[in-house]
Formats: sequence, structure tokens, C-alpha cells
Amino acid sequence: MSCRVALEASHAVAEAVRMADVDVIAAYPITPQTHIPERLAEMVADGELSAAYIPVESEHSALSACLGAVAVGARTFTTTAGQGLELMHEVVYVASSMRYPMVMVIANRALSAPLSVWGDHSDVMSVRDTGWIQVFAQNNQEAFDLVLWGFRVAEDSRVLTPVMVNLDGFTLSHVTEAVILPEQEVVNSFLPPFHYPFVLNPDKPATHGAFAAPDIYTETKISQEVALRKSKDILLQGWQEFGDMFGRHYRPVEIYRVEGAKTLLLTMGSFTETAKMVIDARRDRGELVGLVSLRLWRPFPFTEFRQAVKEADTLIVLDRSISFGGQGGPVCSEVRSALFSEPKRPVVVSFVGGLGGRDMAEEDFGYVLDRGREVAAKGSPELFETVGVRGEVSGIRDL
Amino acid sequence: MTKKLTWRDLEVGNIVTEPGNSAERGTGDWRTERPVFDKGICIKCGLCWLHCPDSAIKILDDGYYDVDLFYCKGCGICENVCPKKGAIVMVEEEEK
Repeated sequence: MSCRVALEASHAVAEAVRMADVDVIAAYPITPQTHIPERLAEMVADGELSAAYIPVESEHSALSACLGAVAVGARTFTTTAGQGLELMHEVVYVASSMRYPMVMVIANRALSAPLSVWGDHSDVMSVRDTGWIQVFAQNNQEAFDLVLWGFRVAEDSRVLTPVMVNLDGFTLSHVTEAVILPEQEVVNSFLPPFHYPFVLNPDKPATHGAFAAPDIYTETKISQEVALRKSKDILLQGWQEFGDMFGRHYRPVEIYRVEGAKTLLLTMGSFTETAKMVIDARRDRGELVGLVSLRLWRPFPFTEFRQAVKEADTLIVLDRSISFGGQGGPVCSEVRSALFSEPKRPVVVSFVGGLGGRDMAEEDFGYVLDRGREVAAKGSPELFETVGVRGEVSGIRDL
Repeated sequence: MTKKLTWRDLEVGNIVTEPGNSAERGTGDWRTERPVFDKGICIKCGLCWLHCPDSAIKILDDGYYDVDLFYCKGCGICENVCPKKGAIVMVEEEEK
């Protein structure tokens, strides 16, 4: 029997890693991710999980150790947040470019300076273009589920690309919710043993991580790009099989009460659940509003996204980070671009909110909906608006 | 060799499954100077062969040494370590 237990997302992730029966964990603790490696270290020390736990001296080393682990065929897990991801940055590119499958959980955190241990999406947006498969969890159950799914799809011989599971720091990592843990046998049937096809073998020498001169580098990047794009079918298939087996169904673009909606709000991660309450309240008042949430961020689900928003007049995008000197929110920038060539597209209004752990309460989402429709109706003079910022902001216009 | 490969020919993660194929890559094409060996002065000590960082010095059948210009980068270490002045002389590539 599966069991329903109270777990914070960090411990839910640790349970998923244990049930995935990983071979190697190399991680360095950093707020707000700390409870994940802490719990995993406990599991290894107590014999609940038979794995090598490598206590590295930095995040750069953590991911480097993971590369070596995958190269010898080990199912491999790491996790970090904020500054840790920044220190790891160089190796993040290496892992995906060498097509080393593993799962990394990011407990999303703001970036210094000023120092902030609290949540936003600045960290993951800094690795947006690194070639990892990137997904967002909205709650603790999803954090658990996406880790299992992550191993399954990353290790698929047609994918062989690392998966990054994002969960909001503190909002999820430190908040206890009910999580359904499945039977180990069911997990085993969903997640077959890892067979890396290029395991290092002295009897059959090969070179991993060779250099590439200008006459071949372009080809290596296109091969990587094609592989990431083609992985999408397998990602969807993985979610289909997960749904069949566990009863929880995931889509690259999640939709909520979009029937007949003239205005859509777009969120990612845990903000989605708060937004749902606001959408419910507005729907009860007869407002034609709905919610779209990006679960899959890379590879970007263009088809599903365009399909989800094509009937709307207004699309309000809420970002949790700023692309300085650009269009404001990186997610909004992305979706604006994705819609640019569409014959019929909604007016896109950009908001930034929830930076560095600033709460986005129900009334803030209400403000975003009202203000977004107002701006759309009269045409937006500003590139984006920041929710709840003190002091009038003017001059954020096209340069 | 790599000039002929398309992106479809590359192994997953660009893994090189053929061991030792670095020998096929010429590393001597950015050389500006090359060593010229004089058998009349050489005492066959082998220091040039030992010190060459690219293993670009080859031993000839008669026990003397010569350079393999496919790999030689023209660093001049062989000339520098040679105990017999004139046995190895670096000359500009433009000189014949």
C-alpha cells in the first residue's frame, strides 16, 4: 500500500531519491536546500539507502564528482540552490553537453548581492541556456514525483540528458504538506535499472570530454540541440506512464479554469497554487479569468503553450526574476517571443514579483489580474511592473 | 578527418570511441620555426628526444634523431637542451 505522510518538499525529495535507489550522491549543503543532502546523508549513514555519499568541498566539486559517477554508470543525484548553483555554473554546461543523465534539485533562491537566502527564480534563470531539461514543481507531491520521473526520462537511451527539478526555496523546501509515497515495487517497475551505454571500461577505451576545434564544435552543439528538442516526446511519454501508474498526471503546460477565459495569468512553481485560489474567487464572481502554468521550461513547450493561450485576449505573465536591461522578466520575454509570429495572439503584460522571498499573497495576485487587464486595455507604456515595490518607478521603457 | 563529420555522425556526448586517434591530428600547423638537425655535430645523446613535449622527435635507423613536422610546434626546447652547439638549429619556417 502506498502511504500518505506529512513531509516538507526537501524530505519528499530525499524519499524519492531513496526509492530511486541512487548509487551516488555528491552535494554541498546550502540554504534553502540543506535539508535534502542532510536527510540523504542520514539515510546513507543509517543504512536506509545503499549509496556512496561524497561530501565534497564545494558545488563545483559536487557536480564534477557527479560527472565521474555517471561515466561509470552510477545513478546519480545532486542538489543545490542560489549561490551554490552559481559556483557550479561551469560544470552545469559540461554535464548536459557530455549528455550525462542525472537529477539535480534546485531549491530556488535569490542571488547575491545583497545577500538573500530567500526564494525567487534568479538562480535557475541563470542556467536557462545550459541545455538541461528543466521542470518546476508546484507542491511537495510534485517535487517527489518529478524526481522519480526525472531519473526515468534522463536515463532513457533516447534522452541521456540531465534533469533539473526546481522547487521554490522555503515556500516548498521547508513547508510540510501531505505527500503520498508509493510502494517500492511500483517505483521499481516505473524506474528500471540505469544502463549507461558508454560506461568507462579499460578493455574498451574511449575519450569522454575531448576538446573540439572550430571545424567540429558547431556540429557538437547542433547535435546537443537536436537531442534536447527531440527529448520532449520522451518527457511526455514519461509523464503519461507516470500518470497511468501513480494516478497523477502532468503536462508541460498546466491549465486551470481556462474555459472561455479572456484573461490568463501565467505562473511557475509554487505561486501557481496561490494563484488558483484567486482564480477560483474571481470565477465565482463571474470573471472570465484562467491560469496557465509552465511546468516544462526547457525544452520550451511551444506547441502546448501556443495552444493554451490562443483564445485569450490578455496574457499576464508573473516572473520571479529580472533580466537586467532586457525586457524585464525572462519568462515573459520568452513567451512574448513564442507568440510573436502567431496570427492571433493575446496582449502580453509583464509583472515581476516575489523577489528575494517577498510574499505574494492572494491580494497581490488580485492586483496583478486587475492591473494587468487595465494595462492591456489602454496599452502598456512600461516594459514591466514590479508588484508591491515601494516608491514610484518610471522610465522602465524601451531604451 | 573531423572536417568530414556531420552532426549526425557524432556519438552521444561527443564521446570518442576510437582510442588513440589523437595521433591523426596534426599539431604542427601553427609552427613558426622548425628544428634542423646536423648529424655531423650530433652525439646521439637523445636529450632532444627525451625533452620534446609533443613526442615529435623520432629516432632514425642509424641512431640519429630528426623531427616529425606533423606534430612539431616549433617550441625550441630541443635546441635549448642540446649540449652540442649547432647540432640542432631553429630556423624560420620561411627559410629553406
